[in-house]
Amino acid sequence: MKEVAAILESQGTGRDACVKVLQEIQAVFGYLPAEALRYVTGHSQITARQIYGVATFYDRFRFKPVGKHIIRTCHGTACHVNGANHIGHAVEEVLKIKPQETTPDGLFTLESAACLGCCSLAPVMMIDDTAYGRLEPRKIKQILRKYTQAAKAKTP
Amino acid sequence: MKPTMANGNSPWRIAVGLGSCGIASGAQAIYDQLKQRADPQRVRLEPTGCAGLCHQEPMLELYSPAGDRFTYVHLDAAAVDQILDQHIGSNTPVEKYLLRGDGRADSVDKFLSKQQKIVLQNCGLIDPDSLEASLAVGGYQTVRDTIGKLTPAEVIAIMTVSGLRGRGGAGFPTGVKWKFAADAPGAQKYIICNGDEGDPGAFMDRGVMESDPHRVIEGMIIGGYAVGASVGFLYVRAEYPLALKRLGRALEQARAAGFLGRNILGGEFSFDISIREGAGAFVCGEETALIQSIEGERGSPRMRPPFPAQKGLWGCPTIINNVETFANIPWILQHGAAAFAGLGTAKSKGTKVFSLAGKIRNGGLVEVPMGITLREILEDIGGGSSTGRPIKAVQTGGPSGGCIPAAQFGTRIDYEELGQLGAIMGSGGMIVLDETSCMVDLARYFLSFTANESCGKCVPCRLGTQRMLEILTRITEGKGTEGDLLTLEEFASSVKATSLCGLGQTAPNPILTTLRYYRHEYEAHVRDKKCPAHSCRALLVYSIDAETCTGCTLCAKACPVQTIAGGPKKPHVLDYTRCIRCGACLDACHFGAVHAE
Repeated sequence: MKEVAAILESQGTGRDACVKVLQEIQAVFGYLPAEALRYVTGHSQITARQIYGVATFYDRFRFKPVGKHIIRTCHGTACHVNGANHIGHAVEEVLKIKPQETTPDGLFTLESAACLGCCSLAPVMMIDDTAYGRLEPRKIKQILRKYTQAAKAKTP
Repeated sequence: MKPTMANGNSPWRIAVGLGSCGIASGAQAIYDQLKQRADPQRVRLEPTGCAGLCHQEPMLELYSPAGDRFTYVHLDAAAVDQILDQHIGSNTPVEKYLLRGDGRADSVDKFLSKQQKIVLQNCGLIDPDSLEASLAVGGYQTVRDTIGKLTPAEVIAIMTVSGLRGRGGAGFPTGVKWKFAADAPGAQKYIICNGDEGDPGAFMDRGVMESDPHRVIEGMIIGGYAVGASVGFLYVRAEYPLALKRLGRALEQARAAGFLGRNILGGEFSFDISIREGAGAFVCGEETALIQSIEGERGSPRMRPPFPAQKGLWGCPTIINNVETFANIPWILQHGAAAFAGLGTAKSKGTKVFSLAGKIRNGGLVEVPMGITLREILEDIGGGSSTGRPIKAVQTGGPSGGCIPAAQFGTRIDYEELGQLGAIMGSGGMIVLDETSCMVDLARYFLSFTANESCGKCVPCRLGTQRMLEILTRITEGKGTEGDLLTLEEFASSVKATSLCGLGQTAPNPILTTLRYYRHEYEAHVRDKKCPAHSCRALLVYSIDAETCTGCTLCAKACPVQTIAGGPKKPHVLDYTRCIRCGACLDACHFGAVHAE
């Protein structure tokens, strides 16, 4: 729990640090592990009740581990009128998972976003911090292949 | 737009637009290729932010030694090679990639000439990661000219006279708000910049934060000085990683240069800013919810009054302004309140930034003087429909706004005039719709958004949005009744009247405006079980055109209820009596042989 101790050290231990502390924990672990949260409640004024309230209120927080890459398909207005649903379905089809699920190999987690703000390139999806625009259902396989191949190259 | 920076020692200069839109279109690869290939002795390469021409990305600006400017668009690797070899190598512009109208000689000219840039004046022209670039175009000049030279009361008076109103959507006069906070008792006061641009379809603030972060910081410093705050927060949504990165770097640079921190520029005023990253909650764009979020809690709004200007963050007087509002401040101080008030209409002054998206030819960020008509924005600047079908309506203000039909495009951009149509100015998202967009489906789309984002604190919003969504879903599935329309109207007006915060109070707007202007579409769904836009899948009848069908069997394989007959290389036939109208065949067909009507 060295990482969590360091986070409390830098963000403070008052109630008002809660959102920031959870963000930092998630940045380190990719999700909010129970042990990390227990450590926080034992070493700060942040209570378990506050953590649960905050973590379930904001969309970005999760209690389950996620895949190596997070795919966010955009469902903003521009994407919606330009066929975002078809893009979402295409990703589900290729990866054989539903939104909020992770592929069995742990490579991808699929999420949907309200709007990624790249509306003039609609429809859009984001993989980690990279946005892909002017998508067509047919392009999805090709984009995802880059990531699967990179993963294969690393594990011989 | 003119080149605003000195050419330095290098005879040629190339600027590549590296905003999120540009990068998503491949601009990073273009930049990397240039970096590798261009001779640094001859060409100075620099990254810039977004020039607003998202539909032309990836693009670059080339400045010749003579000072001429060439805009190259829709680039690829071959284009970069050609520009380097032909234009820089033998001084012959590469016609093929130069920016020009698509067949209509005037279209790009109009895109630029009808605009007036105040907020976006540096966007796409300077390197957002460089303080020097910002200083070279006058960045932080108003901090030098204001702090210790004008009194806070004088600054507030300038804002009041300028007529600047909040650009987040509600349009409250900025000077009045600042005066409330300045007059409120208390030693500790706060300034918050609301960069939680949550409206789906809006990306103005992202453009400004990514392309000219110092401008936003400059506005916040002035705000802090005017109301007597020593601490500022930049609240930015997590979906904007590039904006967060650039703002973080800009804050460090500003601090190192003495524009932030203790005793700014050696004077008595101290002010510093820290970034708070959103965690994915639309309601946090509402000011009291945003305050809760900074305090580390669930982002639930509370009753106003007291307004944050009197009792805000940790109970102290707090000013919350939108990114675009802050970005206007330096220009107003530099050019004077009268210059700003000289632009626009009687009650709406200055300019407004809009993001154009949807079925529009020239999508991107545009900044126009208030008082311009919707038609000028959509037809002249936007270049009209991108689909060849006429524009049916424009949706402004996201889930809080409304749909404005084409017949009303003579309306001027003005807080009050847009309000009279049942829409709102909103933060500036404009989604253009053509006849393939179903208005009932659009209302359902927005309600599914607000129902999902409702924080659940007050009953009208929590239950009302849910019930309205159920009714709209029913109608789009062809299961609606005449009574549903009346119930919908009743719900909409009570949710609007009784919700606690702006989210619930405005959530019914998409329903009310579509009912007002497109009631016939609702009636077609309910009475005739037809979707006039051919968009609601459950109301369509599918068939396969024997002439176009190549017999590839994809549709038959995709059909979950095996209602498509026909073998390989033979035209397929769909038995519509057993069809469940899921649309899988339509998605599967590569040849346009599946028809839905």
